[in-house]
Amino acid sequence: MYQTLTRNVHFRLEATGFFAARSSQDEKNPRNSLLAAGVYKYSRSQVIAKRNLHKRKPAGTVAAASAVANKTVEVKGAKNGKTRVIATSKAPRFYAAEDVPVPNKHRKHAGTVKIRSSIVPGTVLILLAGRYRGKRVVFLKQLKSGLLLVSGPFKINGVPLKRVNQAYVIATSTKVDIDVTKVDAQLDDAYFSRSKAVKKAATEEALFEGQKKKEPLAENKVALQKSTDKLILDAVTKVEHLRQYLAAKFSLSKGQAPHALKF
Amino acid sequence: LYAKGRVLGFKRAKRNQRPDISLIQIEGVKTIADTEFYLGKRVAFVYRAKREVNGSKIRCIWGRVIRAHGGSGTVKARFRNNLPAKSFGASVRVMMYPSRV
Repeated sequence: MYQTLTRNVHFRLEATGFFAARSSQDEKNPRNSLLAAGVYKYSRSQVIAKRNLHKRKPAGTVAAASAVANKTVEVKGAKNGKTRVIATSKAPRFYAAEDVPVPNKHRKHAGTVKIRSSIVPGTVLILLAGRYRGKRVVFLKQLKSGLLLVSGPFKINGVPLKRVNQAYVIATSTKVDIDVTKVDAQLDDAYFSRSKAVKKAATEEALFEGQKKKEPLAENKVALQKSTDKLILDAVTKVEHLRQYLAAKFSLSKGQAPHALKF
Repeated sequence: LYAKGRVLGFKRAKRNQRPDISLIQIEGVKTIADTEFYLGKRVAFVYRAKREVNGSKIRCIWGRVIRAHGGSGTVKARFRNNLPAKSFGASVRVMMYPSRV
């Protein structure tokens, strides 16, 4: 039903609360019905009247929120009278001349990302793109954003704790036996967010200094890397050749075609 | 980390060609069943030029494999900008991503 409304009409209807949260009433007994394309049985005002808003009692009191509307303020000057009553919050200085369209509320939620069944915690993945392309790496867990948390381990192949998109990864059938529950809960998307560079540093000094110095990794991050890698390394050393396998890079040699390879 | 391919030409009938889609022959891919792996994979046509752009004389046109062509492993690819006819017979890199494996 809503698809047939143009955007302008939608804005105006939104303002009237036409699209307010749907109650079970709306689902079971819709107040309006579509007769033909763009033609409804009841007009906008008729539908709103049907909601019987004038008869309803508000559930929670809105009165509590507005608190004190006016306050008394002392006024100087001998003949001004001692006090004056003014509004608690000032009225806005500017009112728009025309109605400004309000964008619709965002009601869609991105779904959770499904990872391929071949990617399971402990799987060895081959990175296909980026700085570490060709490296074989251990998958730890999926983050809320849908990205895969992955680690070299750093000691073996120089790949740090890193997020990777599953489209840029080939899952091999090799699995490392790690206990995912032991992976630090600190490792989530927020952990990987870039720190905002201090804007004040853009002084003349900084401009003439040349390249920005690369800051060394924060100590807690280094410690987290080591502790996570320890988990993986313990499991890797138990399997013969697995350490060398992770250290080696993947590449296609002459005559090898990816579609024929079994990963 | 890519499969090698060759640009065979544009999508065409006997007397008319459609330059928006190019035909690519991927090494080692001989049947239409083999092409299934490559569908959707990104393709890069890499070439050199005289003038430096963004600090490099090497340039690239990106595209994707869209479907198979015929029954013998050829594949159709659509590029962001159409490939120049000069590219016929030239090599093309068929990357292994986006991966579905």
